[in-house]
Amino acid sequence: MTKRLMEGSEAIAEAMVAAGCRFFSGYPMTPFTEVLEHMAKLLPGVGGVCMNAESELEAVGMAWGAAAAGVRSATGSVGQGLSLMQESLSEMCYARVPVVVINMARGQGDYFQATRGGGHGDYRHIVLAPCDINEAVHVTQLAFHLADQWRNPVTLLGDYYLAHVQEAADPQRVDFGPLPAKDWALDGTSSGTGKAKIVSPLSSGKRSPESQIGYGAHLEAIAGRVRAMAEGVEPLVEVGFVDDAELVVVAYGTPGRYVRYAVGKLRDAGLAVGFVRPITLWPFPSRAVAEATANARAVAVYELNTGQMFDDVRLAVRNVPVHFIGQMSFDGSGFGIAPALGVSSLEERIRATYEQREMVAS
Amino acid sequence: MKQIPVVPSDRPPTRPARLIDDFTPPLVLPGEHHLCPGCGEPAVMRSAAEIIDESQLTNRAIGVIGIGCYTAFSSSLDIEVLQALHGRAPSLATGLKRVRPENIVFTVQGDGDMVNEGLQEVIHTAARGEPITAILLNNGVFGETGGHMTATTVIGQRTKNTLEGRDAKAHGHPIRLSNIMAGLDGVAYVARGATNSAGNVARTRRMLKRAFDLQEAGAGFTFVEVLTMCPTGWFIDTAEAPDYLEANLAAVHSIGVLKDIAA
Repeated sequence: MTKRLMEGSEAIAEAMVAAGCRFFSGYPMTPFTEVLEHMAKLLPGVGGVCMNAESELEAVGMAWGAAAAGVRSATGSVGQGLSLMQESLSEMCYARVPVVVINMARGQGDYFQATRGGGHGDYRHIVLAPCDINEAVHVTQLAFHLADQWRNPVTLLGDYYLAHVQEAADPQRVDFGPLPAKDWALDGTSSGTGKAKIVSPLSSGKRSPESQIGYGAHLEAIAGRVRAMAEGVEPLVEVGFVDDAELVVVAYGTPGRYVRYAVGKLRDAGLAVGFVRPITLWPFPSRAVAEATANARAVAVYELNTGQMFDDVRLAVRNVPVHFIGQMSFDGSGFGIAPALGVSSLEERIRATYEQREMVAS
Repeated sequence: MKQIPVVPSDRPPTRPARLIDDFTPPLVLPGEHHLCPGCGEPAVMRSAAEIIDESQLTNRAIGVIGIGCYTAFSSSLDIEVLQALHGRAPSLATGLKRVRPENIVFTVQGDGDMVNEGLQEVIHTAARGEPITAILLNNGVFGETGGHMTATTVIGQRTKNTLEGRDAKAHGHPIRLSNIMAGLDGVAYVARGATNSAGNVARTRRMLKRAFDLQEAGAGFTFVEVLTMCPTGWFIDTAEAPDYLEANLAAVHSIGVLKDIAA
């Protein structure tokens, strides 16, 4: 067990390999590029394959093909590239293909894309959003476990900071317990047996004298799984100082880390503030948010957009006013670092809400 | 080729005096395929299944099937199937073959799926020399939507969105994909067959056999385009479709072997 200094993108790549990921495909786009570079370096050494796909459409298709063979497989991009992949990101849920999607988002404008999806149809990805590198090492591996457990794509939602900040980490394999055998995966051996397997977004099986599996029945099974995931996936969440907090601030990802620090400082200054940091964004930790805010007189949501997770918080919180204190990124480079993402600016916004003053966007 | 038994004539007959055999095609699950009368696609699917069976590749075969009328075979072939979205079969097949190089992987796409929606994918997959066999079922129309123009529709051909016939000025020229494929490094075999006569079906079977053999030998990307009849999408009588194919499609997309690196 030796920790060494590594940037987030390398730590995520190391964690993927530790989790047993043996196929990765991607198309360069910063800050996802760095993850792709590290996978290209790491995978050949462990007998894996890293593909430089010709486009995001092909990257997701390749990962789909490898996952259908039962190999732990991942792809990814940033929000723009994932927009191109949406058809597959949706249909992979219907085909029940356990692909992990590394979404190194540029800002936080892609919360809706990650949790609601930009694709067609009625589908969900489990979404995990770590706030630092050691947490990323853990939840990256959890993503592969959950993907196999539920036979559903899982998205790891990172950001520009997470990709580039360096921290000491030691990505070792984490054991999350046993998983069902991948008896559905394709290897050719069931061809010609009268019971050849199929992995398809259109049906759960081939026809046989006993059954003609229709699309309706397939969709019913998919709907059942969405319900099962919504209830069965235990959402991860970090809470702090909430027991006696009058104001609770909700934030995720790197800004969640800033909020945690700012709230700690304001506590030291005597303000009764607390924070909730959802790590699992779907299913949203509604119960934990409701419990953490039950005794507060106000809730504030900080995110680098015009208010997206804000909707989920409002759905979760009962009888307490919810204020939006975030801000869209105006960063010309497009990497989503809002002017407000600084401890003093954050403290000011939290303090203003705490004192019930009207917030004016700076 | 399997031997068809002949009733022996040197002793009293033990069964009716006529040629009998089980003509049920291999690797097909019982039931109807729901395609139109006169469609050329089932003959290709049957030929591919027969070649896989005869070449004893069955327990290593996986088909990656696109979206079109032929998608009906995804659930009726007794071969493992990875169902792809429209245009995306080559990338799925790439991922599959890269992690399972010992498998025999073939794709099935129509002209709408491959030459319209997924042209970029199939060209890159070919140029990478992925050792898979790609089958293009080319009837020059979107059959499933009811007969609309595709990238391979020939000049003058009437479709639902080229009512006066495809006009190069308005609708561009047809893409001869096999000819493009033959020029790519990484491609081991390119052939264009047809299903409009027993002779052409037999020829197509030989092309498929060669493609699967070369895949097994690891020679590179193998490509078999097959011109198929679509009387429904061509708005002609079923019986006229084979001659229509010969006179129109085959006149532009000419039949034959375009490339064989090992020949």
